[in-house]
Amino acid sequence: MATETTKSIFWQGVRDGAPFILVIIPFSTLFGVVATEAGLSVFETLTMSVLVIAGAAQFTAIELLRNDAPTVIALVSALAVNLRMAMYSASLTPYLGKATLGQRAWAAYFLVDQTFACSVLKFDQNPDWTIGQRLTYFFAVAVPICPLWYLFTVIGALIGSSIPDSFALDFAIPITFLALIAPMLRTRAHLAAAFVSVVTALLLNGLVYNLGLLIAGLAGMMAGAQVELIDSRRADREGNA
Amino acid sequence: MIDPVALWTVIILLGAGSFALRFVFLGLIGDKPLPPWVLRHLRYTAVAVLPGLVAPLVIWPEATGGALDAPRMAAAVVTLGTGLLTRNVVLSICLGAATLYGGLYLLG
Repeated sequence: MATETTKSIFWQGVRDGAPFILVIIPFSTLFGVVATEAGLSVFETLTMSVLVIAGAAQFTAIELLRNDAPTVIALVSALAVNLRMAMYSASLTPYLGKATLGQRAWAAYFLVDQTFACSVLKFDQNPDWTIGQRLTYFFAVAVPICPLWYLFTVIGALIGSSIPDSFALDFAIPITFLALIAPMLRTRAHLAAAFVSVVTALLLNGLVYNLGLLIAGLAGMMAGAQVELIDSRRADREGNA
Repeated sequence: MIDPVALWTVIILLGAGSFALRFVFLGLIGDKPLPPWVLRHLRYTAVAVLPGLVAPLVIWPEATGGALDAPRMAAAVVTLGTGLLTRNVVLSICLGAATLYGGLYLLG
C-alpha cells in the first residue's frame, strides 16, 4: 500500500519478530549452559553465538567436540545443519537481490529461521514494497531476536558455570534436539528423512571419525527428496484424474 | 575438555561457513534460480542431520556408560510426543526435562 510509511513497516517487523522472544530466550540460555558445561569460557560461548547465530548448528558443534570428534567432522556436521540457510538465501534473492552489496551482506548475517519465515511471507503479500521497505522490515524482525540471542547466551553461560554436575545436563542436548525435530516432521517426506537418518546413524554408530552421522545425513536428505518427488507426482496424477 | 585450538577453529570456520551459506545466493549468484533437485535436497538437511545426531545419544546415553536408561528414554519420548502434538519447542523441552528429573528422582 502506498500509504504505508517506512516507520510503520519497521514496527510491523518488530511486532512480527516479538513472539519469537519466547523461544529465543530459553534456547540461547540453554546453549550458554550447555557450552560452559562442555568447558567453554563465557567469552568463547558468546563469540560462537555472535559469529554463528544458528542454535541447532551451535549445539551440534559442541556435542561433537565434547565427544572428541575430529575438528573437521564437527565443522562439517554443523555446517550440514545450516545448509538450509542456503535455501533461505536463494528464496530471498528475488526480493533483496537489488540491494547494495553491504546491505545484502548484513541481511545475510541476520538471515535466521525467524527473519526468513516472516520476510518471505510479507514480501509475497506486499509485492509493491520498495527495496528499502523490504530491508526495513527484514532488519526490524531481527531487532527483538538477535540482541536477545547474544544477551541470553551470556546469561546462560554465567548460570552454567555455577550449576553442579548432579543436574543430569548430559541430556539437555538430546531433549533440545528432539524438541526441535518434532515440529519439522510435517510431511511424509520429512518423516522419511528423519527415519532413514536415525536408522543409518544407529547402524553406523561405531564408524570412525563420527562419519556415521554424515552418511546418515546424506541418506536422510536423499530419502526426503525422493519421497517428496513420489508424493508430488502422485498428487499431480490425482489432480489430473 | 575441548582442545582450544579445535574449538576456535570450529568457532571461526563455522561462523565463516554459515555466513557463506547465507550469502551465497543473495550476494553472489543473484537472481538465477536453483535447479529444483538441489532445492529439494536442501529442504531436508536439518531434518536429516539432527535425528541422526540425537538417536545414538538417546539409545546409548553417555551418563550411564551407554546402558539404556528408563528416565532418559521416557524424557525423550515425552519431548518428541509433546513436540509432535503441540509443535511448541519450549513446552516440549520443559515437559521433557520434568520427565527426566521426575524419573531420576523416582528411580534414582
